[in-house]
Amino acid sequence: MRISLMSALAAIVLSNPILFNPVLADSWQDTLEAAKGQTVYWNAWGGDPQTNAFIAWVGQQTFERYGVALRQVKLTDTAEAVTRVLSEKAAGQDDEGSVDLIWINGPNFLTMKEQGLLFGPFVDGLPNAQYLDLSPASPNSVDFTVPVAGMESPWRLAKFVFNYDSARIDTPPLSMTALLEWATINPGRFTHPAPSNFMGATFLKQALIDLTLDTAVLQEPVTEDSFVAATRPLWKWYDALRPTLWRGGETFPENQSVQQQLLNDGEIDIAMSFDPASTAVAIAQGLLPETARVFVPEGGTIGNVSFVAIPYNAASREGAQVVANFLLAPDTQAHMQNIEVLGAFSVLAAAKLKADARATFATLQTAPGLPSLADLGPTLLEPHASWMTRLTQEWARRYTR
Amino acid sequence: MKPTGTGLRSVVLAALLLGIISPIAAGLIQTGRAAFGLMPVVGAHGSGLEVWRSLCALPGFWTSVRLTLWIGFAATFLSLTLATCFCATAHARMTGRSAARWLAPLLAAPHTAVAIGLAFVLAPSGWIARLLAPLVGWVRPPDLALINDPWGIALILGLMIKEIPFLLLVMLAALSQIPVQQHMAAARGLGYRRSVVWVKIIAPQVWPLIRLPVLVVLAYSLSTVEMGIILGPSNPPVFSVFVMRLFMAPDLAMILPASAGALMLAFLMGVASATLFVAERLVRYTGLWWIRAGGRSSTVKPLLRIASRCVVALFVIGALAMVSLVFWSLAWRWPWPSMLPETWSFQPWRNAAGVLGSALGNTLLIAGASVFVSLALAILWLEGEDRKGRGRAGWGEVLIYLPLLLPQIAFLYGLNMLFLRLGISGGIGAVIWAQVLFVFPYVMIVLSDPWRALDPRLIRAAASLGAGPLRQLLTVKIPLLLSPILIAAAIGTAVSVAQYLPTLFMGAGRISTLTTEAVTLSSGADRRITGVYASLQAILSFAAYAVAFMVPAFVFRNRAALKGAGQ
Repeated sequence: MRISLMSALAAIVLSNPILFNPVLADSWQDTLEAAKGQTVYWNAWGGDPQTNAFIAWVGQQTFERYGVALRQVKLTDTAEAVTRVLSEKAAGQDDEGSVDLIWINGPNFLTMKEQGLLFGPFVDGLPNAQYLDLSPASPNSVDFTVPVAGMESPWRLAKFVFNYDSARIDTPPLSMTALLEWATINPGRFTHPAPSNFMGATFLKQALIDLTLDTAVLQEPVTEDSFVAATRPLWKWYDALRPTLWRGGETFPENQSVQQQLLNDGEIDIAMSFDPASTAVAIAQGLLPETARVFVPEGGTIGNVSFVAIPYNAASREGAQVVANFLLAPDTQAHMQNIEVLGAFSVLAAAKLKADARATFATLQTAPGLPSLADLGPTLLEPHASWMTRLTQEWARRYTR
Repeated sequence: MKPTGTGLRSVVLAALLLGIISPIAAGLIQTGRAAFGLMPVVGAHGSGLEVWRSLCALPGFWTSVRLTLWIGFAATFLSLTLATCFCATAHARMTGRSAARWLAPLLAAPHTAVAIGLAFVLAPSGWIARLLAPLVGWVRPPDLALINDPWGIALILGLMIKEIPFLLLVMLAALSQIPVQQHMAAARGLGYRRSVVWVKIIAPQVWPLIRLPVLVVLAYSLSTVEMGIILGPSNPPVFSVFVMRLFMAPDLAMILPASAGALMLAFLMGVASATLFVAERLVRYTGLWWIRAGGRSSTVKPLLRIASRCVVALFVIGALAMVSLVFWSLAWRWPWPSMLPETWSFQPWRNAAGVLGSALGNTLLIAGASVFVSLALAILWLEGEDRKGRGRAGWGEVLIYLPLLLPQIAFLYGLNMLFLRLGISGGIGAVIWAQVLFVFPYVMIVLSDPWRALDPRLIRAAASLGAGPLRQLLTVKIPLLLSPILIAAAIGTAVSVAQYLPTLFMGAGRISTLTTEAVTLSSGADRRITGVYASLQAILSFAAYAVAFMVPAFVFRNRAALKGAGQ
């Protein structure tokens, strides 16, 4: 017991020069002490076996190093955990809550923040936050245009990409207009997830950014006027696209995994993902053919950061911070970015890393289905969360009968 | 003797009221408050009918309601008709026990697993299409709406595959209480054809005995979420999925219309039950006239034959669905248009092994405990009825089956609030409690008829030999009824293993079982992993059935009439 604690402490001190800052060191030391022996229930979407395995690995590490046990509560939808915290608040359970950590971003974060369901700010207190770019405009600091304000800690990058089977398509369409042309020539070979799912909503947002004339307005909360003006080209385009979709646009896959399965089954030729590495991982897992590749529309795609947040009533909030901090350690991030583990892109700023950490990232192997950062093009900002809600509502109003 | 009977009955009734009815009522009240705009935690302080107006104004609301009613009625009507016809043609050839054995695999298969397997068998890129592809010359899968079709045909088929075996089981149990042979002989003597005897004489007698199970089937068909997601249309989806999506919306204010939707679903079930009741009356009057007319020349034999062929075809498709999942669990790459996996692998099973331990342990523990509690309650209730010397009142019947007749989402959310206030949410005890709500009614469905059919002369003989009520129960009734008790336990196990929402809500997601694992992973749509978990779920329920058939055979190896090996 004592030995493992000592070695853990040594490891932390050696890897974190910031600990020499006495104030931070003391409070972080207190956090570590309090966290020891805690069990952290991390509520995270459980549909991806690789992510589940990575979380299990994180749990082994935090248990060995800090005595913090980690259990993944597998969700089918992040809103489950949000509702759970809300139920607890409604029932007056203001401490010893059942959720310690949530994989979260965007609208769910906005909701929790607005309803006062979050603990924090805590990110500045994490020693490994030193490797993050936390400047005001950084994607780590704004989540769907909502200021993060230290209430959630980043852990992996997400960026919109299309994928396709290069054995069936020679040159994929590189813009939304080109996609419409392609779909008209190849009816029934493209679709998108139902917009009630975040991936389907993201596809609509991507199309909106690509087609609208003035993207600056998307960064403001939506108004009726701005919405009508900004989305006019989108609906014109979508009205033309919809009849060319799989099943004539009458029904849609439930989520991106179901759509990926359609691609694998050969029912469609183009699918999409919010994780640039997912295609390479799916090839390695036998879920897509060897010939599957990623493509990105010219002009770049929407990107955002996946965060972890701690509910206001979390029973193990110290343990949760230890886990959030461990997720930001350069070694953890490099392990995560390894294509054989998860392939998810790191959130750390390369410029802030030390030479040996940078070298670790440089040695990560590549795979044919894995795009380089250069291939991915520029990252576009997420519109304000209200646009997503309004967009899916309007889509339902127009196309759900 | 009477006083003890009353005492026992009051104890059981109190347990039932406290343990089953009051939590459901509390849950419904919570949901009801939210449905009428009373939910301070999201800043809603009651706005009357505003919530309902916004629910009805949601795009696709009416289509979704229509779709649900159509699917619910079509699936129930077709299942009932086909099961009745199948019984009529096959009854002579099978006894209750052999049939139960034969139906066990489909009864044991979890709904989700059947749905996922069926989706693969029927899809345009699925097994049937792959078989046809070389003949028809499909290079790519055809763009046909074979699953998730706007009419919900695939969902109806999936429901039928699961519900027909259940209805057959209860029908065979009911038939054992009716002197079919004598009726048949008498009616044949009067010049009626065999098939007509079934429609005119037997079916009307069976109906009152299976009315409640049919209602249960109707309620399930109207409220299923998992099968609706996998097989049903998506834009809009069936109403239960519609409501679920509202509950899961990132905008927490949507909980209000979601609660209204959950109540609406309960209301739809009420309407459906009322419709069934009216239809029963209509059939009773017109049917009486038809029977009195006495036409002997008519025959329905060809219809019966077609219907039983349909049943066999459905069973074959259901079996294919399960087999396809076993294949998927052993596959690595299995692309279109291969009939069999291109590369095989044990990797999905190896990957699952890590998480399997705790999930399997939890599943077994919860199933064991909830089945034990349910069986104890059921035996006490039935014994109470015996001692009172009176049958079950209508309200008693409704009380028992209430959890199955209400949509789970109408009260689970509110129930969780209650458990949170009691401070037991998130524990295994809460999950077991919540599962008993659903296991107990099924145990009662299976156990009630055999219990009542027990030869009363045996009890009288025991009484005249000086055995008191307790000894009669322990040494005569329970041993004699061992076989039905074990079958009830097996069905209870299958029900418990398959519970998703109660486990999720009451366990705060922390209690992982095979089903919660399977459902979260199926949102990731990897058929190989789904195959692993679905196979395990099915194996577990199947093992329970196997025990139910083997134990009596072993215990009563020296008692020819009790072996359970069929008369």
